[in-house]
Amino acid sequence: MATPGVLPERVAALLDAALVAELTVVDGRGRPVSYPLIPLYDGRRVYMTSSALFSKKLRHIKANPRVSVALTDPVGVPATPFARATIQGDATVHDGDLHSDWERLLPLWRAKEPVIDKFVKMRFGIPLFFERSVIEIAPTRVFYWDDARTDRAPEVLSLVGSS
Amino acid sequence: MSPVMGRMAPAAAVEEATRYGHAVVSFLDDAGYPFSVAGDFTADVVSATVEVGPIDASVLPADGQQVGLLFSHIRPQPGVGYDQRRYVNAWGRAAVTGDRVSVAVEAATGWDEADVPFFEYAERTVPEAHRYMGEVGARPRLSAWWTFFLTTRLPFLTATIVPVALGGVVAARDDAFAWGWFLLAILGGILIHLGLNMANDLFDDASGADAANVTPTPFSGGSRVLQYGLVSRRAVVRAVAVCYGAGSGIGLGLAAARGWGLLWIGAVGVAISLAYSAPPFRLVHRGVGEVVTALGFGPVTTLGTYYVLAGEWSGEAVYVSLPVAVLIALVLYVNEIPDRAGDAAVGKRTLPVRWPRSRVIAGYDVGVVLAYLLIVVGVVLGVTPGWTLLALATVPMALSVHRGLVAHYDKPYELMPAMQTNIGLHLVTGLLLVAGYGIHLVVR
Repeated sequence: MATPGVLPERVAALLDAALVAELTVVDGRGRPVSYPLIPLYDGRRVYMTSSALFSKKLRHIKANPRVSVALTDPVGVPATPFARATIQGDATVHDGDLHSDWERLLPLWRAKEPVIDKFVKMRFGIPLFFERSVIEIAPTRVFYWDDARTDRAPEVLSLVGSS
Repeated sequence: MSPVMGRMAPAAAVEEATRYGHAVVSFLDDAGYPFSVAGDFTADVVSATVEVGPIDASVLPADGQQVGLLFSHIRPQPGVGYDQRRYVNAWGRAAVTGDRVSVAVEAATGWDEADVPFFEYAERTVPEAHRYMGEVGARPRLSAWWTFFLTTRLPFLTATIVPVALGGVVAARDDAFAWGWFLLAILGGILIHLGLNMANDLFDDASGADAANVTPTPFSGGSRVLQYGLVSRRAVVRAVAVCYGAGSGIGLGLAAARGWGLLWIGAVGVAISLAYSAPPFRLVHRGVGEVVTALGFGPVTTLGTYYVLAGEWSGEAVYVSLPVAVLIALVLYVNEIPDRAGDAAVGKRTLPVRWPRSRVIAGYDVGVVLAYLLIVVGVVLGVTPGWTLLALATVPMALSVHRGLVAHYDKPYELMPAMQTNIGLHLVTGLLLVAGYGIHLVVR
């Protein structure tokens, strides 16, 4: 397994702006499968949450923790200037407390999507949606396209610090 | 496209892909990590092939390598969340030429919330949630209050409170009102109603009607507490027994105190509430649920309340209950519309299952006109006070429901505002009838 590290500032800034990222996992047949999710970053780890309703990705990660998080969509990543990045890493699924554990990420979530508080107050309306696992991703390598031009070679950025 | 991240034929997936702005190509690198890169693309629907590029050669997959393609469109909306959610996942082998990778799609899945609304998508994946939660030893839960609120379908108590209130004001007109007996009548009625709500859930769960319903709303499709695993069947059975037992106990006590005639009407009320969905009768499955509902939440409840207060029968109490009886039947009737696919699947042949759209909407219109006619005729015949004509103020609400039915008959979630207005129509019309009596009592 690769050594995880802290993301460079410009990649962290892109993550902070991103409302949608593409999480790619490896399924049981060795195929890459991608899911659009909101990425959260606490300065060390990338987090995503996934409802028990849509739990196939969680099984895939448990079987193979190698994942990538891509930031590719100018609408979903409203950064100025727009750039693209792919973050590779090792993921861990936290599913010991589906009901409440994910709520520790609410401050990060709220900063990107303030309406989440309103949805959480109405969780009685769609209760299973709010039984959620936390996907914690320790970054190992980053590919960065400064001007989003993927017809050019990306910078392969070293990660700062250690876990 | 078949629903719920359904499998798509390769050509259909490629055709769908043409709606998107860019493609994301994913593959496993030499270390076994997924790698993703975005690029412009062209699509050939006939050959079900997508060509992505230009992409720098250093980040292209190997020729012949299995790759995934993601086409995604999600529009973040501040204050709302996201809308316009749709995406397609496709897989095939890479054919690399220069700075482009061509993929002949072999398999694909997709979801578009314009075809399958998010709430329906979530409902269809409930079995997946149960499987996963079973694997990790988790159980879904809500607070005690919300569990109680959902299990009992508490807001639907308006169906009991309105006819009880009407029985009370008719009794007051006859100088027979007493708060103690009135509150006991309400309590008994509420307990029977809550028992009915939960019993209905049990029987619909047992018949498979609720599981077959993938478009429940807050107004239709049952409480969902059993489908979501929030409450066990055993707990609901116990709650039904407690509610019916306590409600019947209050009824027996009232009959002993106020007159044994109450026993007959109480027995009719309990019997039809059970026969509504319990085998072997299952009246709602036979298309007479509206009649039973009208009877139970109309004359039975209003006359029963009047009898508790006055110790005798009243034709006026029966008559004044008729408009709200029709309107509560129409609440059930409209709420059955989004449930009709799931109901039909298990042989629950409600009127919206049996009838075509045009007849269902016409049936609603006839019913609501009948309700208003009953209000007017009651005043004209001198049965009810003139002030009850205040209830005609809800005509705009009825028109709004009609418009909602016409516009959204086949769209359960878009139909929700009309369903909510229809419930409000029963409540407000009933309360205005009560208010009419109240004004009459003050000014007489």
